Amino acid sequence: MISRIYIVPKGEDSRGNITKKSFNSLGLSGQVKEVLLVDSYIISASLAKPELVKSAELLVNKNLENFSVNKMPKLSGFSYVIEIGFAPGVTDNVAKTVMEEITDGLRRPFKKDEAVYTSKLFFISGNLNQHDLEIIALSLHNPLIERSQIIKITPKIKKEGLSKYIPKVVLPKQKDVVTVSLNVSDEELINIGKLGIKSPNGIRRGPLALDLESMKIIQDYFKKIKREPTDIELESLAQTWSEHCKHTIFSNSIDEIKDGLYKTYIKGATNLIRKQKGKDDFCLSVFSDNSGGIVFDKDYMVTHKVETHNSPSALDPFGGAITGIVGVNRDTIGFGMGAKPIANAYGFCFGFPDDERLLFRDKNLAQKMLSPRRIMDGVIRGVNVGGNCSGIPTISGFTRYDDRYRGKPLVFVGTVGLIPRKINGKLSHEKCAQKGDYIVVIGGRVGADGIHGATFSSVVMDSSSPATAVQIGDPITQKKLSDAIVKEARDRELYSSITDNGAGGISCSVAEMAKESGGAIVQLEKVPLKYPGLLPWQIWISESQERMTLSVPKKNWKEFEKLMISRGVEATVIGEFTGSGDCVVKYHGKTIMHMPMDFLHNGLPERHLVSEMTKAENYSPIIPKNISYEKILEELLGNGNIAGFDFISKQYDHEVQANSVIKPLSGRGWLNTDAQVIRPVPTSDKGVILSIGIYPSYSDISTYDMAGCAIDTAIRNAVASGGVLSKLAILDNFCWCSSYDKNRLAQLIDAVRASYDYAVGYGTPFISGKDSMFNDFRGYDEKGNQVSISIPPTLLISTIGIVPDINKVVTPEFKIAGDVIYILGETNNELGASEYYKILAKNNPDNIGNNIPKVDWKKNKKTYLAIEKAIQKGLIVSSISVGSGGLATSLAKSAIGGGLGCDVDLKKIKGDAKKVDEKLFSESQGRIVVTVAKKDTKIFEKTVGGITISKIGTVSNNKKFVIKDGNKKIINEDVEKLAKSYHSFSRKLSQ
Amino acid sequence: MTTKNNPKVLVLSGYGINCEEETKLAFDRAGGEADIVHINDLIANPKQFSKYQILAFPGGFSYGDDTGSGKAFANKMRNHLSKELKEFVERDTLIIGICNGFQIITNLGLLPGALSHNTSAQYTVRWVDLKCTGKSPWLVGVKSLSLPIAHGEGRYIIEDEKYNEMKKNGEIALTYTKGDICKYQNLEANPNGAMHDIAGVLSHEGRVLGLMPHPERAQFFHHRPDWQLQKEVLKRKSSNGKIKLPIDGPGFVIFKNAINYFNK
Repeated sequence: MISRIYIVPKGEDSRGNITKKSFNSLGLSGQVKEVLLVDSYIISASLAKPELVKSAELLVNKNLENFSVNKMPKLSGFSYVIEIGFAPGVTDNVAKTVMEEITDGLRRPFKKDEAVYTSKLFFISGNLNQHDLEIIALSLHNPLIERSQIIKITPKIKKEGLSKYIPKVVLPKQKDVVTVSLNVSDEELINIGKLGIKSPNGIRRGPLALDLESMKIIQDYFKKIKREPTDIELESLAQTWSEHCKHTIFSNSIDEIKDGLYKTYIKGATNLIRKQKGKDDFCLSVFSDNSGGIVFDKDYMVTHKVETHNSPSALDPFGGAITGIVGVNRDTIGFGMGAKPIANAYGFCFGFPDDERLLFRDKNLAQKMLSPRRIMDGVIRGVNVGGNCSGIPTISGFTRYDDRYRGKPLVFVGTVGLIPRKINGKLSHEKCAQKGDYIVVIGGRVGADGIHGATFSSVVMDSSSPATAVQIGDPITQKKLSDAIVKEARDRELYSSITDNGAGGISCSVAEMAKESGGAIVQLEKVPLKYPGLLPWQIWISESQERMTLSVPKKNWKEFEKLMISRGVEATVIGEFTGSGDCVVKYHGKTIMHMPMDFLHNGLPERHLVSEMTKAENYSPIIPKNISYEKILEELLGNGNIAGFDFISKQYDHEVQANSVIKPLSGRGWLNTDAQVIRPVPTSDKGVILSIGIYPSYSDISTYDMAGCAIDTAIRNAVASGGVLSKLAILDNFCWCSSYDKNRLAQLIDAVRASYDYAVGYGTPFISGKDSMFNDFRGYDEKGNQVSISIPPTLLISTIGIVPDINKVVTPEFKIAGDVIYILGETNNELGASEYYKILAKNNPDNIGNNIPKVDWKKNKKTYLAIEKAIQKGLIVSSISVGSGGLATSLAKSAIGGGLGCDVDLKKIKGDAKKVDEKLFSESQGRIVVTVAKKDTKIFEKTVGGITISKIGTVSNNKKFVIKDGNKKIINEDVEKLAKSYHSFSRKLSQ
Repeated sequence: MTTKNNPKVLVLSGYGINCEEETKLAFDRAGGEADIVHINDLIANPKQFSKYQILAFPGGFSYGDDTGSGKAFANKMRNHLSKELKEFVERDTLIIGICNGFQIITNLGLLPGALSHNTSAQYTVRWVDLKCTGKSPWLVGVKSLSLPIAHGEGRYIIEDEKYNEMKKNGEIALTYTKGDICKYQNLEANPNGAMHDIAGVLSHEGRVLGLMPHPERAQFFHHRPDWQLQKEVLKRKSSNGKIKLPIDGPGFVIFKNAINYFNK
């Protein structure tokens, strides 16, 4: 029996009002008069009328809502309803809650074929035509994951209610397992690798992302053992060998670098730094686990991990971003024996939000890409729901905009964790699945969502990109799991090892953990499913979310299971870890995969990579004669790469867990901070500081300097706010494009070499990293012309550091009028690819100059150690690192944040910058602007000693922002006007 | 500092409640002895209730706000613990519901009114200034205070008649007002469109308090959005430039008051 419960708001409907506003901004031919948002629950279960009414009563707050069962709610004046629900098989979190509520309230569990399906009904009135309604419907849903229907309210519908479609997944009956003949032509091998295994019905299953060479190795292997592979064996190899999991570009030998980039430069830097630090080495677990871990104090360790979730976010921004943030939380929960997530970080690189040019994935222009604005809105909302619902403060973030991110956005998500260094006397970061332990999966169930995610993100996005790669996260399922693990099971030592189910699902997590014990045997039919009909290979590689894999000693299973049940977490034994040397998968007793661990993990051969640099010189922009520096400054402050983004920060909870010290927004003027500080252990005054550095545009000139500047900026942002150089670690996220292209590889080598040089120079070890090497889009514009868009090579450097005393940290805004302003470091003529030059080069994007900032780490290190000393002595009142937009924007930001003016003289600035624009806007690294109380200036100057400093002006009370060159006033603006520019970007986008 | 006589606090957890640790911390620091208890453990052993003097429903996202904030968790309480909760309220006890906890206890009917979507229909994170207008053990000596909010459904709705009655009885605990923080960051007083600017309400002779702002997130001085400026101002006032920064923030008094109620 199928029934529909309608829940109708009484009184003012805020959601309806806001929705109406957004409908009327869609450029409709008519006008929307009223919108009312009604929640609909379709219940497919044999419930009697009184039971249905009782169920409805559970779903309604009588003070706010009315309900009706099966009858159309009595609402007058509306002419249309647009229903938005999920497509079959897409995770419906609310439906799950409703089923739990009804089960609990009626004391009646749902039977096997019974379920709840939710949807939203937008009741609409106004003079609208069919086209208008279609535009509205399209603005409300993403057809990849949601369905919509437009319904005219007729007398018949009023009487009988809406039709009751249920989006149930019905999978065709298919043969469980097929063998795949590899005794075929090279051409067919290429097709299998690129498009997937052919199902018995002739349809390809989606990319394996295995090239001919890899396919040939697999062909040889099965020839040698004299049998043909099963589909699940091939799919499993494709997962484990994917670029996403293996990072072949970083691990293979390249040019004369025999051990590959990762081992030589990234791990190489860390090993050297740790050795040099000797007894001060604070690394505890680096590169070997889901996150990197460093010493917090003698009792605690903090961990950090930053991930990317680019490809899924391009197709389903909300789903991609929420699974990204909730997924990286699992890298914390899966660190060591399980760390508690204590802070989230994000970073978004988008195309320009006002860009309305269309892109399509296919030649027939049927697969439309979402616009940068749609992607941006969805991504922001995804991290909102994921972070807020999980009770983890989202404290650190940034946004960057470039035309080349419109084909594929970059979505960075990170999580910091806290874990005692020892649990019951044992080191918490050591874990080992033992022979004989049960393989246990906990959390969500498996569906067809998230199939081929790992292989999909290892290739270019085009028309063959699978829609099933998209998933929707369920933060509450994960929150239950997380609490049960890190707050209870962990300390009771109920398991011997744990890892996350991310890319590749259990095929990767089980195979990874099986390395610890030496083998595994899985009974695949035991894996809990969302719906029947999934094939074994799908169960094995599905990336359905919120799942972790644990090894539980048999003697602990009963206790573990009992705990999980009492916390509302589903836990299932799916097999056993062995020492057999093989990974064996059975399905209803039949062996469907039997593969030596050695071939699975090490069968992929080394491939030598070769690079070749093709260097292009850029022209410099033409500087207009009557340039107004005031206008330029305003434009810079309103530019998305510099402007405030409180429209994001204000919707991300950054105070939950009560650990905030430096928040994402600071001062009277809502300044976005470059570094954030939390106090994770309330009995300690120590803090954790986070910051980032990123300069995608610099890659257009030199990826070596791009990487150098990213590292220098990340470190500088931290030390400017109270971070301590000797207690800073860094994380790398390389997001590259067309990575088999020789020039791109040469650029990569340059960036990686810089990473080594500067990490070693500053003594800041890499503790974790992740790469994403194929951020390319290949498709068509609205005229059907081929378009390829590659992102600029992008390196995100994130720092995490330990602050000795949170009471001493410093925020960037001016505080007290009369304080003296200093700039630390030298200002040089380094305007290449600066935000200033990019404004001047708007119409000639290649004219961005060549004089990119160079990083002199020896000089800068002295500056950073000096400011560290001054901050620890309590001499610094405000401190801001100079980055994108140069000195003028940094000064303006401090003024805006503090709501105070300043009076600054450019003549006093040291460095080789001569012209006014060079002094104002050069992005020379290593510089920090600080203010110091007048009476402290002498002791401050003595404390910082021999570094380059320039006393450039004072903070003023008159709210005037004045910059002079000697006697000549260059800029004279009201701080309030600058603040308006700084917030203009946010205001525009929060509409 | 903990002795056998310290008031015992039951801090609920489970199903997406997420502020239980900092809420426990605030009660412990104030001199209480707080236990975090998962709702399923409470259902399995409801007799535990009798051990406690204070019951806290912390903030969070119970059941992800699915079907409306606080609803599902309230249903679970009602289905399994109605009798025990009733007995608890009838004793001389204190109950607090913070944010999602407030939403839960209005759904349970422990407090009148309801919480609906903010007029902006957006999840909003900021600080608010509050005027204390209620009579309650929780609010002894409090005239005004500033606390952070973080919610999407915080617009308090109440019928006129009930409102007048509550006002008369001193059951409007806290109202949004323009104070130091609003002036500091140029903010509107009312962040969510709540009727009569109501941020928190009382019942049961003031022993039950529900409020949208989070006092536990304002328990330390460094939680204040203006602490860096305050620090500098204090420093300039001191003759030798040396100062000892305050430890507690503006929200701590609420927890202190609760503990004092039993220690008087």
